[in-house]
Amino acid sequence: MNLQALLLILWLPGGLSAQVTWDRLLHPEREPQNWLTYSGSNSSQRYSTLDQITRDNAKNLEMQWIYQARSLEKFEATPLVVDGVMYLTEPPNNVVALDAKTGAIFWVYEYRPSGDARPCCGAVNRGLAILGDTLFMGTIDARLIAIDAKAGRPVWSVRVGDPKVGYSITHAPLVVKDKVIVGVAGAEYGIRGFIAAYDASTGKEVWRFNTVPGPGEPGHETWAGDSWQHGGGSAWVTGSYDAGLNLLYWGVGNPGADWNGDNRKGDNLYSDCAIALDPDTGKLKWYFQFTPHDEYDYDAVQVPVLMDGNWKGSPRKMMLWANRNGFFYVLDRTNGKFLYGAPFTKQTWALGLDEAGRPIRAANSSPTPGGTLIYPGVQGGTNWYSPSYSPRTGLFYISSWQDYSMNLAKMPAEYSDGQRYTGGAPRSPTPTLQRGPINTWTAENGWGAVVAMDPSTGEKKWQFKMTDVTGSGILSTASDVIFTGGREGYFYALDARNGGMLWKAALGGQVAMGPITYRIDGRQYVAVGAGHALFTFASRQPDQK
Amino acid sequence: MKSGWSFAMRAILLSVLCFRPIPSQQRYLSSDVENGSRLYRNNCFACHGPDGNSIPGVDFRRGQFKRASSDEDLLRVIAFGVPGTAMPPTNMNDSARLALVAYLRSMHESATGSGDASRGRALFEGKGGCLGCHRVDGKGSRLGPDLSEVGAIRTAAYLERSLVAPAESILPEHRFVRIVTREGTVITGRRLNEDTHTIQLIDSEERLRSFAKADVREYKLLTTTTMPAYQEKFSPVELTDVVTYLLSLKGLDSQ
Repeated sequence: MNLQALLLILWLPGGLSAQVTWDRLLHPEREPQNWLTYSGSNSSQRYSTLDQITRDNAKNLEMQWIYQARSLEKFEATPLVVDGVMYLTEPPNNVVALDAKTGAIFWVYEYRPSGDARPCCGAVNRGLAILGDTLFMGTIDARLIAIDAKAGRPVWSVRVGDPKVGYSITHAPLVVKDKVIVGVAGAEYGIRGFIAAYDASTGKEVWRFNTVPGPGEPGHETWAGDSWQHGGGSAWVTGSYDAGLNLLYWGVGNPGADWNGDNRKGDNLYSDCAIALDPDTGKLKWYFQFTPHDEYDYDAVQVPVLMDGNWKGSPRKMMLWANRNGFFYVLDRTNGKFLYGAPFTKQTWALGLDEAGRPIRAANSSPTPGGTLIYPGVQGGTNWYSPSYSPRTGLFYISSWQDYSMNLAKMPAEYSDGQRYTGGAPRSPTPTLQRGPINTWTAENGWGAVVAMDPSTGEKKWQFKMTDVTGSGILSTASDVIFTGGREGYFYALDARNGGMLWKAALGGQVAMGPITYRIDGRQYVAVGAGHALFTFASRQPDQK
Repeated sequence: MKSGWSFAMRAILLSVLCFRPIPSQQRYLSSDVENGSRLYRNNCFACHGPDGNSIPGVDFRRGQFKRASSDEDLLRVIAFGVPGTAMPPTNMNDSARLALVAYLRSMHESATGSGDASRGRALFEGKGGCLGCHRVDGKGSRLGPDLSEVGAIRTAAYLERSLVAPAESILPEHRFVRIVTREGTVITGRRLNEDTHTIQLIDSEERLRSFAKADVREYKLLTTTTMPAYQEKFSPVELTDVVTYLLSLKGLDSQ
């Protein structure tokens, strides 16, 4: 730790239990003991300057406490840690406040979603946002709820979308200034997606950006006929924010119907795009579409990772993006200009990318009624699993599915309120969301890997191979340690420089969330969800009782 | 058809085997009412509504049911639902069903109060100084219990008793705790949670605090309350107004 950081921390205790102001959210680097936002910072690097757990002593990590969720849904939440209190969601939409040192519970807020909810892919929740003394949660029945962080009681609750026709929210909201920003999911039910900002104090909607433009909105011409009405464009994960540029970034999901594009001729903007919005007005500033006219469900369901660095000799504000479509991209985040793109896993649907980053589609790669073999499979080369960027190593770490395919059969797609609207059936030897405890895996089904990419060259620096695939997020720290897990239930500390395994723990259930780190009373902790529980680790102390 | 019959037979058999007879005039434990209110919110609220009158022909506050009159009837309906309607069977155990019945009965007792709720609110926020310790809809202190939905979970009689004789009606979950740290700092707050080795509270500065019992010099659960008795402070009419106001507090409409 450098002296400046130490001084800031020493200065901070006066602010203990202070409200989480926007200024604090803008400067998480001043308080690395906390984890204030879903991705750890507005640039979403999931990088922590805590360095007590090192490559040398990671082998001494010991379990401190476990929180057992009372839900059998998949544990996908990233917790927040604010001045010693951890806030965690338990799927689908309960919130728990815990003592981050012992796991003892302060309060539980139980929310029972409406029976109308139609989550396509699990009644899950990925976490919370905080501003002031208020937590914000999107619900599986498409509400946004503000919760008193001290009392665990709802402050306001507003309807964001109609769950009866498939709207839902799974991701953690993002706070920008005085607004809470969320998007909706539900393309698999033919929703028309949007991202919206709500006044943090009242819940009143301030602006809404339609991810599928209607008549009169730019991009509407990329949808044939009235296909835009059920054009999908979900938001599955949290966005990022650049305060210097005052730009809000978000990834947009697949067009509906997923696998049958016959009715929606055109590029189908802004599906499968990275978009940059003015956070004050919701106006579109730029977009970059990874997969025009997607027929594979390759949605841009990734957290935009922002970093500054040199690009071919000159400083550049960049955005790193390992996409579900199997390509890794570097974009200029001031204007969305394509800088670089190359596959990071086996893919067969495109011959490559043109100069502007637009894919050149391979012949005979569209889904057919009899089935078409496509790499990567429906879960993609990666998915919503949070990557990490370490400014120290300069490497971008992603959870990837390698050599993974699907046989994609096209089917008719007819819209009906609240019914599935996918137009196809991808079949794969790889179970997509989870598998049972028996593993008869072979590499022919695909395999998982943490891949370290050098964004300045696009070079794959190293990979950490797993027998099964991985749906875990990744955390990197200033001591060049990476924490991640996978579907096999291992939790790993890896050497960020070369991918060597430093330590592992068998937690008995898949890791499907992004691990975090925090510090209390001078001690660094790491927390990870596996199975239906949250586990915390810290280094063994000589006098530990 | 066969499976329908066997289900019905099983249902009757189970109801004979499982249900303890309950005197219909039984008094219900306040802890049952409390638990029942939580069960109601989680299981019944979505269809029956906050006031228990969202289903035509059913009004819990008026004690009006379609297919039940005795507690035994209610227990049976909760367990097995009403076939052919939207009322589903549940897998609640005996004690949960009893708690839910206790709450349904308490809703009938609650009624809405006979005073003036807006005058009651003015007294609550003004002369009574209640916001100094309590919170309603985001306003007031978090130190005492939040009262935003107290009207949905307490009866008029209970609320009046709490105002007149608070020391006698304080519930175990609202007890305060006094902690002396090794350094001699005294911390008082409302206990939120406790186990053998640790205790969690919200302190007078509204901070969430957690202590290892082994690390403090002493901790003590207080049996007294700082809430004054309002018998002297409020006239009988004012008391009725405040109770009426409290009964009107039904929490955030979350659906």
